[in-house]
Amino acid sequence: MKDAYWPLILVLLLAVGFGVVAVLMSTLLGPKKPDPIKLSPYECGVDPVGDARMPFFVHYYVVALLFLIFDIEVVFTYPWAVYFKKLGLFGLLEMVVFIAVFLAIFIYVWGRGALEWE
Amino acid sequence: MNVTVPMPNLSLVVPEILMVILACGLLLVDLFIPKDRKRVVGYIALAGVVVVGVVTAAFWGKMAQPATTFSGTFVLDRFALFFKEVFLFTTGITILISLKYLEIEKVSLGEYYALMLFCTLGMMIMVSGADLIVIYLGIETMALSVYVLAGFMKFDHKCTEAALKYFLLGVFISGILLYGITLIYAATGSTQLAQVAAVIKEKGLAKNPLLVLAMFMLAAGLGLEIAMAPFHFWAPDVYEGAPTPITAFISVAPKAAAFAALVRIFYHGIQLLEPQWQILLWIICAVTMTIGNVTALMQQNVKRMLAYSSVAHAGYILLGVLAANQVGVQGIAFYFFAYAFMNMGAFGLVIYLRRENIVGDDIDDFKGLAQTHPLLAVIMVVFLLSLAGIPPTAGFVGKFLLFAAAIKAGFYWLVALAALNSVVALFYYFRIAKAMYMQSPEPLPQLSPGRGLVLALVVVGVFTLFFGIYPQPLMSLAKDTAHTFMMFLS
Amino acid sequence: MSWSQLFFYVFAVLAVIMSLMVVTRRKAIHSAIFLILAFICFAATYIVMNAELLAAIQVLVYAGGVVGLIIFVIMLVKAEEDEVRQTHGQWIIAAFIALILVVEVAFVFLGNLVQRTGNLAGKMAQAGGNTEAVGLVLYTKYLFPFEVASVLLLAAMIGAIVLAKYKLER
Repeated sequence: MKDAYWPLILVLLLAVGFGVVAVLMSTLLGPKKPDPIKLSPYECGVDPVGDARMPFFVHYYVVALLFLIFDIEVVFTYPWAVYFKKLGLFGLLEMVVFIAVFLAIFIYVWGRGALEWE
Repeated sequence: MNVTVPMPNLSLVVPEILMVILACGLLLVDLFIPKDRKRVVGYIALAGVVVVGVVTAAFWGKMAQPATTFSGTFVLDRFALFFKEVFLFTTGITILISLKYLEIEKVSLGEYYALMLFCTLGMMIMVSGADLIVIYLGIETMALSVYVLAGFMKFDHKCTEAALKYFLLGVFISGILLYGITLIYAATGSTQLAQVAAVIKEKGLAKNPLLVLAMFMLAAGLGLEIAMAPFHFWAPDVYEGAPTPITAFISVAPKAAAFAALVRIFYHGIQLLEPQWQILLWIICAVTMTIGNVTALMQQNVKRMLAYSSVAHAGYILLGVLAANQVGVQGIAFYFFAYAFMNMGAFGLVIYLRRENIVGDDIDDFKGLAQTHPLLAVIMVVFLLSLAGIPPTAGFVGKFLLFAAAIKAGFYWLVALAALNSVVALFYYFRIAKAMYMQSPEPLPQLSPGRGLVLALVVVGVFTLFFGIYPQPLMSLAKDTAHTFMMFLS
Repeated sequence: MSWSQLFFYVFAVLAVIMSLMVVTRRKAIHSAIFLILAFICFAATYIVMNAELLAAIQVLVYAGGVVGLIIFVIMLVKAEEDEVRQTHGQWIIAAFIALILVVEVAFVFLGNLVQRTGNLAGKMAQAGGNTEAVGLVLYTKYLFPFEVASVLLLAAMIGAIVLAKYKLER
């Protein structure tokens, strides 16, 4: 394994450790004087009504799907970007063709009104 | 360090490039065409398909030798060209029979035609794939488009259910196919068919259990689109629920594409595993044609009957794959054109009978057609004769070639079984003829077919008869196809 | 045992535990959360194996995109049905198939059936890393599949919009 990942592991440990320690400290050290207002989800603002798990509009799903497809497109550009200098002009043309198809997708999605909220 | 990217020979992919431009262009043009004039989108698609068909045909003379490009991942040979023409022909006919049908069903989305073009593109890539990755991507492009087309009438519950079944089974099998490809890569270190074959030969991997397992998985993955047993059970539901033009399309084009890919992988990639895949395909062939024909006997719905009949036809075509000789490939190639004519024709008739409130797919809808529309009944009889494999029709010539190839390869029992099955098939094809000629018509509203449908029926009807009486031109094309394809082997 | 082996086993065991949690949770939403964790553990094992690009894709597309879609689907179905109980015996078949897969993988590696294509790590180092090595083949040798992938995604997108948008026709 590359040494370059040691900092990553350190950051991971630090992040987890900080969260655990912060929660532990506040439960151990903090004073506990509960009253109804303190126990409500939002101290200022409207009390939540009903179940949070209410059915969604299907439109959210369409947006998520569009996100996923464009996400996959972006993934293809990573190796291209690191390799771009060596690929030269031909590499640029390759990506232009690839992106051109996605441009067609984008125009279509836009023109079809899939991005508009119904 | 600069890498020199080998410039691909783009002239070999001109049909595919044209198809992408056509499909994307159609998608964007469709945005500006009002709902009541979507017919125009169909006309543009049809014109485009004809142009691509002509361009593809122009390659024929130049392709006496197979040519590869894109570092050997893409191959263009006469085998690929022949099948591309089958797909383009089928797509053209499907567009013709869709024009009126979509208006009756009140489908006013231009995406219908664009998806059909993407599906055709996927199949064109599939038959030209010399690398398993390309073949897989082709299959996926085709399959995704077909799932959506099968569920295009999304306010019809039967249609949605059919599409969902098709989709779930399809993605599951697609996973199996992909797993098979990874096993081939694991065993040989390559996904390119030529290299796979070379490594198997060089290292004597013909009995490698990984490859045998991969062979099963590839057969399963392609078997779904072929609708061969045991992956045929989706076919009746999907054929019945899908819009009828799409049913016609599914029953011909994806089946042809999957067969072409199967033949290419089994002949050019893992041909040294022939003893193993012969056993596998022998069993599948026998089961497929028997199940298809026997179950078709019990159907009252014509679309379901034709679904089981198409399963049976997949069984006959497997005879040609099994034979693994030049006549076999010639038979497969010829049969698919003949099958495109007769099956599109039979489904076209069902669409012809589509009226307000009547789907036209029950056998009773055919009652007395000979009295009310004698010409229509005659055309239907031609298609039925061809499907049953009786001269003088194209179906007979195709079946003859397939049986001859199997006999030449020594599969006597299987041919005997196929002949027996053909007799069984006569019964259910005859049921439709009986309804048309021996029963009296019920009073039904007037038929009002579109001109496109009539044109399509005339074209496929004439071809079915013409290539039955004078099969020579198509036969020699199929022979050239088989010749260059098998030449690759030696 | 080297550090990288240690990390590999830690994350592999974690991945198995998370995957078990995915299939044993009663609430679908909990399964989805554990699926994210499982995907991240997979990504960690990829990093140990020097496949950084794959790890990045695993996190971006699978943990981010695919699980996001799964959560949307869970939110789409009715709230009362979120508690799922196994009422049929299909798990026996599933366990059987899983067992076969385990035996198969063991068989493949112990039987030395895999064709080893040279020194992979060396090749990668020569190209300048995993991402560069992927770029090297993807944009030269596998250029055609790369372009086909964009068309495949286009077809998928049209399908999604045609089927999911309710008001296109009405």
